[in-house]
Parts: sequence; C-alpha cells; structure tokens
Amino acid sequence: MPLPRLIPCLDVAGGRVVKGVSFVGLRDVGDPVELAQYYSDGGADELVFLDITATPQDASTITSLVAQVADVLAIPFTVGGGVRSVEDAKRIIESGADRVSINSAALADPSLITAIASRFGSQAVVVAIDAGDGVVHTHGGRVATTTETVPWAREAAERGAGEILLTSIKQDGRRSGYDLVLTARVRDAVSIPVIASGGAGSASHVAEALRIADAALVASIVHEDPAGLVGLRKEIEELGVKLRPLKERYA
Amino acid sequence: MSEVVVVDYGAGNTRSVCAALAHLGRASIVTSDPGRIRNAQFVVLPGVGSARSAMAHLDETGAAVALRDRFADDAPILGICLGMQLAMSRSEEDGGVEGLSLLEGDVVRLHESRVPRLGWSIVEPWGEAYYFAHSFAVRSPDAIASVDGVTVAVRHDEFLGVQFHPEKSGPAGLDFLDQCLSLV
Repeated sequence: MPLPRLIPCLDVAGGRVVKGVSFVGLRDVGDPVELAQYYSDGGADELVFLDITATPQDASTITSLVAQVADVLAIPFTVGGGVRSVEDAKRIIESGADRVSINSAALADPSLITAIASRFGSQAVVVAIDAGDGVVHTHGGRVATTTETVPWAREAAERGAGEILLTSIKQDGRRSGYDLVLTARVRDAVSIPVIASGGAGSASHVAEALRIADAALVASIVHEDPAGLVGLRKEIEELGVKLRPLKERYA
Repeated sequence: MSEVVVVDYGAGNTRSVCAALAHLGRASIVTSDPGRIRNAQFVVLPGVGSARSAMAHLDETGAAVALRDRFADDAPILGICLGMQLAMSRSEEDGGVEGLSLLEGDVVRLHESRVPRLGWSIVEPWGEAYYFAHSFAVRSPDAIASVDGVTVAVRHDEFLGVQFHPEKSGPAGLDFLDQCLSLV
C-alpha cells in the first residue's frame, strides 16, 4: 500500500482562495498559486481545489487557475466543483490537473463517472460524497437525497471511480474528529482508495483517520497555521502513522 | 540539438512534464512529429490515458516508428507511467493492446487490495519516495527497481522507464529528472 496522504483542501471562488486562510509571510493570501506553492513546499502530499461557486461563467477562470497552478506545483492536485461533463473534465485535466472530483453531477447522471474514467483513466476520477444520516447530500450538504451513502460509494467504484472523497457533514468544521465509523463502512464496501474528510482538529484525529482511510483531507486545521503543516506531519508520525519522508526544498 | 521533446499522443497531461523541465532550465516542445522525435537530444514519453488510444495515436502520427528508430540508434528516451508501459510488447489493458516492443515484457493489471494505486511509495533500492497513480504494472527482465515486489522502473540500453510521476513527486522527482537529463 502507498503511504497515507495528507491533503489540504482549498476553497476557491471566482479564481481566488476564500474561507479562513490566515497566512503569514504571503503577499496575497487569496492567490491560489502562491498558496499551492506554500503548501507544496510545506509538506502536502497532494492538494484539492474546490470551486465553491462553480457557475458556468467560472469555466474559463478555473481553467486558467488550473494552468497557473500546474506550472508551479510539482505535486498532484485534484479540482472539483462544477464538473458536469466529459468536456469540463477534459478542459481541467488538459490544463494540468491530475484529477477531477465530481459530486452532484455524478448523482444526477452516474454514467458520467464511466465516461470520464474511460477517457482519462480511473485514477483521474474522484467521486465526492457529502454524507449525513446515512444518505448523500447535495448543494454543499444542505439538501438531503434519498440515495444511501454506502451503496452509492459502491456504485461509484463499480462505474469506474478511482477514489472516494467522503465528507461527513455532521463532523465538517467541528474539529472534533473524523467520522471513523462511516469512513470504515465505506472503505470496507469498495476496493478503491478512500479519502476521509470533515472533522480534523488535531494530529491524533488525522492519525486515527489515516489508520482507516488511504488519505485525510485537512482544511481549517492547516489554514489557520500553514507553516505548522510540517509539525503536524511530525506529530502524526509520532503517533505511529508513517508518512512520506520530506526532502529539502528544491533550490 | 539541445531540444527536449515531450511526445504528444492526444490524451496526456503534458503540461506538468513541461513545467518540471522548465523548472530545471530545459526548454521542451510537445509534438508527435516523427522527425522531431528522431532528432531530439532527449525524449520524454509521458503517461496519462489509455493504452489503446495512446498506441493508435502513436501509430497514426508515425511517432511509434520514430520511437523505435530512436531506440535502435541508442538515443535516450524516458518513459513515464503509461509511457513506460507502452514500451513493452503487450498490455492486457483495454482487452489487450500491442505495445512498441522496445523492451521485453508485458503489462498486467495490479492485484492489490485497492486499485488504482494512488500515492507516494518508497522505491527500492533507491530509497526515495515518488508519486504513483496506476492500475497496471509491467513485468520485464529489464526491471531495476520495485515497490512491494511490483516492478516500477526498467532500463534497457538508452530507454529508462518509471512507473511513478517524477513531474509530480516534488523535489525528489525534480532531482530524478535532473539526473536523467544530465546523463545526456
């Protein structure tokens, strides 16, 4: 098995990073390119950019953002939000993203998973699931559907998803730990990697999630102190979870 | 002559490879032109997409013949991920695809608890962690490195193939690319 991954998630609106990022020593805290580089140098194993507005008018904004990020970032990154067709995925991947994350569009039309996977490979398709009370939610977690979480994860994997990004709506932003029970249920139901998301408040939360899942998404815990990412990694390793050894910054 | 050619086969994410090369101070062009491929100082065969469509594209454009000529002339080629897999004689991807047959060996589906293999693994015997994203792997007598017993690098004459993505492997990956380029 590959080493477990620590993945900072950056929310983007109109080509800018938004929400609770308090960086020190950066000229512009909203610049996705600068932030991406900062996290990349600081020990992220991968990054996720989530376009939280994702209006059709944003299409060209996000494409140019992806291209700029790809030109400076030497670690993999996933782009989600507003991917509704193979064409959307193509535009983002050809601009330099490694993977696209699809959520409501996959629920509305599950064949989209297969269509993107057969064009770009399963490794390029992440299916994001916002889960609460056993069912999948849409609209940023506000609207409950009747689709059950675990069967949907299984269906997504069968249709060609390369990874499940599982967010617990209940835990998200609460910083009281990941939903380990839900994460374990989804992990046991599929044979593709699973990213745990929602609830990280400490190194021990991340470590316990990484014992179950293949990767952990982190947001507020690192955005409040981006320079602390290296320290967070060290704490996680001290708890017995081996991460990728970091190399000196490339000069 | 100092040109680095990144082979275009219509499906790949070539941008990241070019960005990594630029970071190392090397200009590159993305093309499937057989003449450019034959004459370049260094050629990168990158890797994203499916084996069948990649081979079809390489055959149509004449790039496949140019790559075979280059290999026969002992001119350096770096194959990355699918680019390494394409150099083998055969792949079981997409119901079976004939490869470039530069090297002996075939490509088989990974049998692990979770596929695709996504993430960083330490490559032995090199001791360095690189980033992987793959569902298939090579079996070849030219294997030179592995992860958990799976071949992740092959070398034969001037062809070097790696399963990981040096362009996505941070400083370790850039160092690796730099070493490859410094050999020519």
